[in-house]
Amino acid sequence: MKTKLFGLLASFILTLAFSSFGAAQSDLPGTPSDDEVNAIAKQLYCPVCENIPLDVCGTQACAQWRELIREKLDQGWTEDQIKMYFVEQYGDRVLASPPARGLNWLVYIIPPLAILAGLYILLRAFQAWKRPVPELDQDPQTPDVDTDQYAARLEEQLRNR
Amino acid sequence: MTTDIPETDTSSEEPQDSRRPRWGRIIVWAGLIALLVLLALGLQRSRQGPITVGDMVPNFSLSTFEGETIELDDLTGKVVVLNFWASWCKPCEQEAAELEEAWRYYEPQGEVVFLGVDYVDTETEAQAYLEKFDITYPNGPDLGTRISQAFRIRGVPETYFIGKDGILRYTQIGPFSSLAQIKATIEPLLAE
Repeated sequence: MKTKLFGLLASFILTLAFSSFGAAQSDLPGTPSDDEVNAIAKQLYCPVCENIPLDVCGTQACAQWRELIREKLDQGWTEDQIKMYFVEQYGDRVLASPPARGLNWLVYIIPPLAILAGLYILLRAFQAWKRPVPELDQDPQTPDVDTDQYAARLEEQLRNR
Repeated sequence: MTTDIPETDTSSEEPQDSRRPRWGRIIVWAGLIALLVLLALGLQRSRQGPITVGDMVPNFSLSTFEGETIELDDLTGKVVVLNFWASWCKPCEQEAAELEEAWRYYEPQGEVVFLGVDYVDTETEAQAYLEKFDITYPNGPDLGTRISQAFRIRGVPETYFIGKDGILRYTQIGPFSSLAQIKATIEPLLAE
């Protein structure tokens, strides 16, 4: 029983040791990790696979791009330098958020303006609802002019009968 | 019977209100109109292209991997075979050898120019691809995806045959099946 337990324990330790060795193999010291690569990759989009961020895209083209990011990081490039390189190579459309220049400014200006305009409209609407309805200086018992004339005519006709 | 209905004096308020400059409204309307104009321009731009057969191909500049710059306008009088490819594109590999063979066939006469545009690729893999298929005609990256956007390609491989007059004559979507197919497309253009 003791030997069995010892065997199990030994195999467990060996499995753990090998798995950690495997992990160490995939994250070689000095080589940028997948997390570091993906931190930049998630800000980029490959034009081939539209609407899929680079960090989760499974195509070969995207895998090549991620490797390129790793290479550049390994060469000591900064995040901004890498993003700039991708923009120069493949155009602005690779960026997750468009650069704030030219007509792209509209993307940043219009939504807050629209929200402000909406708030203003709402504010005006609320003010209009809160404003008391002006009361008419008219006695509800007082008959209307038209009604009065009609009543007078009716009475006159009745009298004439 | 007397009626006592108060008359609201609107006549004195209305003209005042209408005389007041409604800058807020003017700005909002001007902004909306400007936005619509921009939208219309954007839509018009998106409707342009793809370049269809019979259209004059706009000039573009290709910077090759060797550092040479080729302008399409400089190739007037020659038949241009413009091939879009990528190293990650498996169908591109099917036609790579045939395209190179065709290039070697037409190169001595100097009447046909083959240009390879590397679409959304990494240079290391692209160079490896060119080496693998021993491609010798000028090839370069599509910097900023400008050329592919001008042609509005739908994918790779795609090949555009431009006549001596700069007009697009034929478009091949997908890979060529044989060398004969490439030659059969070029020959009528040479005969013009």
